[in-house]
Amino acid sequence: MNDMTPIPTTIKDWETDQEVRWCPGCGDYAVLKAVQRTMPELGVRPENTVFVSGIGCSSRFPYYMETYGFHTIHGRAPAFATGIKLANPELDVWIITGDGDALSIGGNHTMHVLRRNLDCQILLFNNEIYGLTKGQYSPTSRMGTRSPSTPFGSVDSPVSPCAYALGAGARFVARGIDVHKKLPEVLKAAHRHKGASFVEIFQNCIVYNDEVFGAFTEKKAAADNQIWLEAGEPMLFAGGAKGIILDKERLRLDVVDVTDGDWRGAGVIVHEPANRAVAHMLVEMPLGAFPMALGVLYDDPHPTFDEVVRMQNAQAAKGKSADLQALIAKGQTWQVEKEPRAE
Amino acid sequence: MATAHSIEDGGRARVPHEQGAVVVRFAGDSGDGMQLTGGQFTLSTALAGNDLATFPDFPAEIRAPQGTLFGVSAFQINFGSTSIETAGDEPEVLIAMNPAALKTNVDALTPGGLIIADAGEFGARNLAKAGYAADPLEDGSLARWQLLSIDISALTIEAVKPFGLGNKEALRCKNMWTLGLALWMFDRPRDPITDWLKAKFAAKPELAEANIAALNAGHAYGETAEIGYAFRQRHIDPAPTAPGLYRTITGAEAISLGLVAGARLAGLPMFFGGYPITPASAILHHLARLKEFEVTTFQAEDEIAAICAAIGASYAGSLGVTSSSGPGIALKGEAMGLAIMTELPLIIVNSQRGGPSTGLPTKTEQSDLYQAVYGRNGDAPLPVIAVRSPADAFDCAIEAVRIATQFMTPVIILTDGYIANAAEPWRVPDHEVYQAFPVDFFDESPREGEKFNPYRRDAKLARPWVRPGTPGLTHRIGGIEKSSDSGNIDYSASNHQRMTDIRARKVLNVADTIPGQDIALGEPGEKLAVVGWGSTFGPIHQGVLRARDEGKSVAHIHIRYIWPMPKNLGDLLKTYDRILVPELNTGQLKTLLRDQFLVDARPLNKVSGHPFRIAEIEAAIEASLG
Repeated sequence: MNDMTPIPTTIKDWETDQEVRWCPGCGDYAVLKAVQRTMPELGVRPENTVFVSGIGCSSRFPYYMETYGFHTIHGRAPAFATGIKLANPELDVWIITGDGDALSIGGNHTMHVLRRNLDCQILLFNNEIYGLTKGQYSPTSRMGTRSPSTPFGSVDSPVSPCAYALGAGARFVARGIDVHKKLPEVLKAAHRHKGASFVEIFQNCIVYNDEVFGAFTEKKAAADNQIWLEAGEPMLFAGGAKGIILDKERLRLDVVDVTDGDWRGAGVIVHEPANRAVAHMLVEMPLGAFPMALGVLYDDPHPTFDEVVRMQNAQAAKGKSADLQALIAKGQTWQVEKEPRAE
Repeated sequence: MATAHSIEDGGRARVPHEQGAVVVRFAGDSGDGMQLTGGQFTLSTALAGNDLATFPDFPAEIRAPQGTLFGVSAFQINFGSTSIETAGDEPEVLIAMNPAALKTNVDALTPGGLIIADAGEFGARNLAKAGYAADPLEDGSLARWQLLSIDISALTIEAVKPFGLGNKEALRCKNMWTLGLALWMFDRPRDPITDWLKAKFAAKPELAEANIAALNAGHAYGETAEIGYAFRQRHIDPAPTAPGLYRTITGAEAISLGLVAGARLAGLPMFFGGYPITPASAILHHLARLKEFEVTTFQAEDEIAAICAAIGASYAGSLGVTSSSGPGIALKGEAMGLAIMTELPLIIVNSQRGGPSTGLPTKTEQSDLYQAVYGRNGDAPLPVIAVRSPADAFDCAIEAVRIATQFMTPVIILTDGYIANAAEPWRVPDHEVYQAFPVDFFDESPREGEKFNPYRRDAKLARPWVRPGTPGLTHRIGGIEKSSDSGNIDYSASNHQRMTDIRARKVLNVADTIPGQDIALGEPGEKLAVVGWGSTFGPIHQGVLRARDEGKSVAHIHIRYIWPMPKNLGDLLKTYDRILVPELNTGQLKTLLRDQFLVDARPLNKVSGHPFRIAEIEAAIEASLG
């Protein structure tokens, strides 16, 4: 089953014969292609791969991957994934979810799969809207979002997916953009990380929330408003003309200009993915004053839930025989030899 | 005679042996350890070879305020030299550890019965809390009964003095003093209790010694005190039982063991997803200790995650099991629908309690039958099996695993709070006698040019079970209606009709593999059939037995298979003039029987949180025939 060197695959091995049923121009197509393109590079086999999803546009994803796939119920994919992975830790488990699925109805399960650190990849397609149900505002929608259910604008504060993930105890947090060429690299890093890898993918909903991420995804805005973080590299953007510094007095990040590439002189900090405190600051950077932090924001492995459960099970079972007869006859017993006579 | 360890307590005078049965109730504050006392008395009684049934009845609060009426915890045991089916109607002996316990329990006591009260707890404060204007031990209001008023508190403190415990800790030994007296009273062995105390307090031997001293002091009190007629020592003979090895077992234990045995017979590892809820948690606790039997337990973040993880595990090739009580089962409804749609094996155990909503968490009821049979969106049939007693739970669990794995379907096991907590003697079965039903995972790759069809079925209409990880068989399943062979999404009208029909027919096919409905007592064609299900077996059986002894034409039919029902059930019911359906709900099986068979089933209903009394069944039989 799981050879040391799996037979190599091509993108064709990961495509199903099913007609893809997303709206033309949906960002989901780009993510699907990115995942299908990435799989052959991971050295894994389709039969050892399981895609699990909840409900929503993104959750149709498993039907288009030639792997084992389970399209489950709204918000609960992490719980199904937990059962799958505990039952067979050899399987490579991917959870496909959206902002409503993972953060509204399934917010509880998202929190627990992250804190438990189940070994899996979680791809959260964030389009800040409920697409499948025709355009209601979602828990990531910005305040004032007008939608069929909020005709006068939404009044509640949105949740930041990556801040939520960190708060829940995630050990790997990354961001990507549906159509961006670096998405496969982010996916590979997520797969490399042993444990729950949380990836927020900004995904454009062309029908109900078009260009909602335009402020940092549009071509001309990209350079000044995206910062792609690389481990061990200085936090630079705008073609190296700007960088992120840590204001140690006030314990917050700031943007500085970098002249002549002297980022050290400007005090620009180097990205250490294991630095949890900085990760918290990176995911909270307000767009406008700061660029959108992208790539692997946080990566600090920790023993995984499935691993620890298996270890404890083995330890608890050690030296005990699975003697069913002895088990059912346990406790204080008495033997009746023959029927008693009345005296 | 049962060789019940023959733990005779030394060369005491022989106690006259008698036939029959006796009902004893221990009642006290929830902090008084009455459940423990009752449990240990049960163990000792079982070791003496009596048949028995128990009824633990305790408040929902962990530690209700001391001395209050709602904080009273009681444990009733019925034991005897004949077959015992119920915990008994009216106790003959009531042990009341405080005024509140007396007040809430004394009316159940049979006239002329014996009250043993801890006089040390009958101070002004406790009397006021129980709402007594005057001390009932003094004012003659208990004249209908025999009263034995003992300052158990003081005697206990005296007995444990040598061990230097504080006053509070010393008083905690009261229940052991009381147990010692009860053991003397019914000539039960003390050894199993002292063994148990030594094991329980292995780390604190002084506590073990103090408790043993209290136990012995209570026992000695019985032996030496000059007390009245009612308080004579009795020895109830062992019940005639089939030869074999016996133990006591609660429903929660028996379900757990049955699930382990069922998984073994199916050749599967077990995955149990649970979330704490009364009275279902005991199953999670039992299974969590059985890792060597390839059992993985998972305490999920909520009821929904618990069932979803179990379904995920089934999908990956384990036996997925989840367990809860009514409110939790309600939360699992949507996921059950998915298991029905994706046709994966799954066991759902419902330990029913009083409802609706939070209802009566610690009281028993049978009001989730509609929920089990009908309680999901869409046409979503699944097999339902009901447990009738703690010992029966073992077989029911095995049967549920067989049906789930052979038919690729979720199965609900209905048990209840009474069965879960109650104990009865159980003849340990030889697990080898159960026929194995090994699961045959599908692993044949499709031939060149062909595709694997995950919804192509066998003769029973079960679809193949493929473990992810199997080469050549990758496929997708989900909750959207799917094409009847490929499993691909298919919303077409004709396909949905076909799939709905197939899902219903598959579940009905289970009836081909279950035994025909038998008659627990009586013959077909009598005047009246009393039809029951679940934990009401005992009182119904005894009620029918007594009515038959009086020459009445009445039969007892007990239904284990709630859905699908045995194929002969309708024809059998139609042989009776009248049908009476006693249930601890407002008439749910009654509705089902009427619907399925167009028979005039009449209800007998009770939702007081307590089981039926035999007398209630007898009266209803009388009225039905009258």
